[in-house]
Amino acid sequence: MKIAVVRFPGSNCDQDCLRALTDGLGVKAEYVWHKETSIAGFDAVILPGGFSYGDYLRCGAIAAFSPVMQSVIKAANSGMPVFGICNGFQILCETGLLRGALIRNRSLLFLCQPVCLKLENNRTPFTRLSDEGAIFRMPIAHGEGAYYADEQTLEELEEGGQVVFRYVNEDGQPTSEANPNGSRNNIAGICNPAGNVLGLMPHPDRSWDHRLGSEDGLQLFKSLVETLLSVAA
Amino acid sequence: MVSAVKLEVVVMPKRNVLDPQGVAVRNAVRELGLSNVGTVRVGKIIEIEFTGEPDEAKLDEICRDLLSNQVIEDYRILGAVLK
Repeated sequence: MKIAVVRFPGSNCDQDCLRALTDGLGVKAEYVWHKETSIAGFDAVILPGGFSYGDYLRCGAIAAFSPVMQSVIKAANSGMPVFGICNGFQILCETGLLRGALIRNRSLLFLCQPVCLKLENNRTPFTRLSDEGAIFRMPIAHGEGAYYADEQTLEELEEGGQVVFRYVNEDGQPTSEANPNGSRNNIAGICNPAGNVLGLMPHPDRSWDHRLGSEDGLQLFKSLVETLLSVAA
Repeated sequence: MVSAVKLEVVVMPKRNVLDPQGVAVRNAVRELGLSNVGTVRVGKIIEIEFTGEPDEAKLDEICRDLLSNQVIEDYRILGAVLK
């Protein structure tokens, strides 16, 4: 089993993602440069956070057309698990693998703070080890993290169980105060209809070890690895 | 002689998408004395220069797929400026 961590010019959470997998879980993970045209030999793809191509034009817009993403899109459409974190989520929306878009935070501020998330769908390869309703603590670090989709899309996402994580308060309530950035329906993470593509604004890659203040994020990588192992078995 | 053509692609947030940047600019404009300012929205203009005639169908496709995000933005292409 081998997991790809894609590196774009401007990625800055690539090392965090790689180390969560290698040091946190002892699995094999390798960087894949954005100019690569193939991801053959990999079983899953992580799109890390950062500022791919300097966030020029729109966050993730140029990365969506990079050579590596064309093969990631193909692999995702044939069922390979693809996990976009922060800028990776923005890229997934720009490619159309995930619906909606991430726009400027309501406050206009770049937000770097811990948040509480509630798991709403444990039927994805990234969340199967946790119970629905479980609360995760992870940091956010973004300027453009407000999830936006029109009413009809929101309804379809909600009905289809595609809202995977929601911003909540300590009691697990999705209040407006618990919504850090103005995301519609307090959405922090969504998946595609098949569940194999997940986008998440908060950072599990910055919360996989108690020394980072939380190890809740490790659960997502662990779920992914167990999924891949069970497929291989 | 090949003529040069310059086009402007105007990209604006859709009306129903919250534009916090526009709100911040509106508040500042009001504070500077234009008290009757209503909505302000901030978009962007992308200037593109061509040598010779642009392929308009291809440009339209690129505006839709790359230069704007149709989930949150609308675009329009402003007329050719012959140089």
